[in-house]
Amino acid sequence: MAETHSLQDMRQQAAVAAKVFIQRDYSNGTMCQFQTKFPSELETKIDKQQFEETIRTLNNLYAEAEKLGSQSFIEGCLACLTAYTVFLCMETHYEKVLKKIAKYIQEQNDKIYAPRGLLLTDPIERGLRVIEITIYEDRSFSR
Amino acid sequence: MITRKVRKWEKLPGKNTFCCDGRVMMARQKGIFYLTLFLIIGTCSLFFAFECPYLAVHLSPAIPVFAVLLFLFVMAMLLRTSFSDPGVLPRALPEEANFIEMEIEAANGNVPSGQRAPPRIRNVQINNQIVKLKYCYTCKIFRPPRASHCSICDNCVDRFDHHCPWVGNCVGKRNYRYFYLFTLTLSLLTIYIFAFNIVHVVMRSVDQGFLNTLKETPGELTVLEVLVCFFTLWSMVGLTGFHTYLISLNQTTNEDIKGSWSGKNRGQNPYSHKNIIKNCCEVLCGPTYPSVLDRRGLMQEDSPAAANSEGPCSFDNPVAQTTKTTAPLIPNEHTPDDVKLSIAAEKSSGPKDDQPPAAMLPPLASPETDAETSI
Repeated sequence: MAETHSLQDMRQQAAVAAKVFIQRDYSNGTMCQFQTKFPSELETKIDKQQFEETIRTLNNLYAEAEKLGSQSFIEGCLACLTAYTVFLCMETHYEKVLKKIAKYIQEQNDKIYAPRGLLLTDPIERGLRVIEITIYEDRSFSR
Repeated sequence: MITRKVRKWEKLPGKNTFCCDGRVMMARQKGIFYLTLFLIIGTCSLFFAFECPYLAVHLSPAIPVFAVLLFLFVMAMLLRTSFSDPGVLPRALPEEANFIEMEIEAANGNVPSGQRAPPRIRNVQINNQIVKLKYCYTCKIFRPPRASHCSICDNCVDRFDHHCPWVGNCVGKRNYRYFYLFTLTLSLLTIYIFAFNIVHVVMRSVDQGFLNTLKETPGELTVLEVLVCFFTLWSMVGLTGFHTYLISLNQTTNEDIKGSWSGKNRGQNPYSHKNIIKNCCEVLCGPTYPSVLDRRGLMQEDSPAAANSEGPCSFDNPVAQTTKTTAPLIPNEHTPDDVKLSIAAEKSSGPKDDQPPAAMLPPLASPETDAETSI
């Protein structure tokens, strides 16, 4: 779930200029979705389309995790019949998608955000409340 | 300065107790939980020891077998409800708390001194219904819809139902289905034991007379069990019925008690699918939400108190009072001018002690805790 060590070492040398917090979007209920509104602090740092693409993909992944479909129903029934002991050896569907999300965020950080002096924090580390974007002071970061 | 590695649960705020190195999470008062355990295990032990041999021989061996399975399921559900994280929302870290404070101040504009600041509420529209999100002064977050702050555990819990002293924990999003299955199967177990105790007394009375049955040892204990089951039965069946009703409407106990979606608001619950089957499926067979509270992660602990970190933090310290904000926020077009000046002043003078935001509020804006009721 954490960023790679090389990325973290790079970050140790940079000073944090600011942090932006992308809030949750509750218009569809309590499902985990984040607002796609582009914050003004990032205007000079990253392309709006790029940012919205990232947030939209994350929203789709969370929707997949929380989907009320036949898979979650079967998983729920099977787990109930075994008094939920099956989760001692099996990973839940939600946990599998969370791993996918962590990988996606790391990949986005490596490819898109780090070269621009930004860092996305996985929302699970903030209680699925916000996506924290750290803006680092502008030093030449080109790799 | 000594740094040592500790598990995050040791530094979590809130009034929970943790066992098994963070794997188990409960409320602080566990007395009534032990009583629950004693009643269930005690009554079932008496049943297995005294009635079951007779019934297995005279009726069917399937009776004790089914009772054992039911008992194990009840215990599994009880322990699962009591020991799991109900859906606690971690408190906001200092930067996030400050960011929210700035947004609130920007939205409120300039409040003349001496006047009470307006209540901190955010309105969101969910399925054509306006829902008010309240600000939690303890956790420094705007509570998500259906979340509530439990004053007993001192945590905000997602989809807060109620704090149950019988299970020694809050009942929330993550453990509601285990709680419901516990009440349901305990009702069944109680009815089962009650019924077979009656059968046992009747069968023995046919053999040796009613009064003789009561005088002998198995008979006395049977009467005790019948009494315990009788009183338990009414409360458990009632509670199960109540929660079945709530599930079919996709409501929480908290919402029902507050009357959020009843009376003139009836039929406006934005979370309901307006279909009993769908509501039941969502609550009972929905996805199993993971805990967002990292209890077993490792973190560095610097002793003694204040930790001054430059640049990115190497650890997360959720206790707001002991860390200092090192990342002043960039003012944007919404920031009032005087706040912009204070940020500029802060940048030039270096880190100084942050006054906790609550101190800036007039005394009338006191921490808001919802009236929590325990069943």
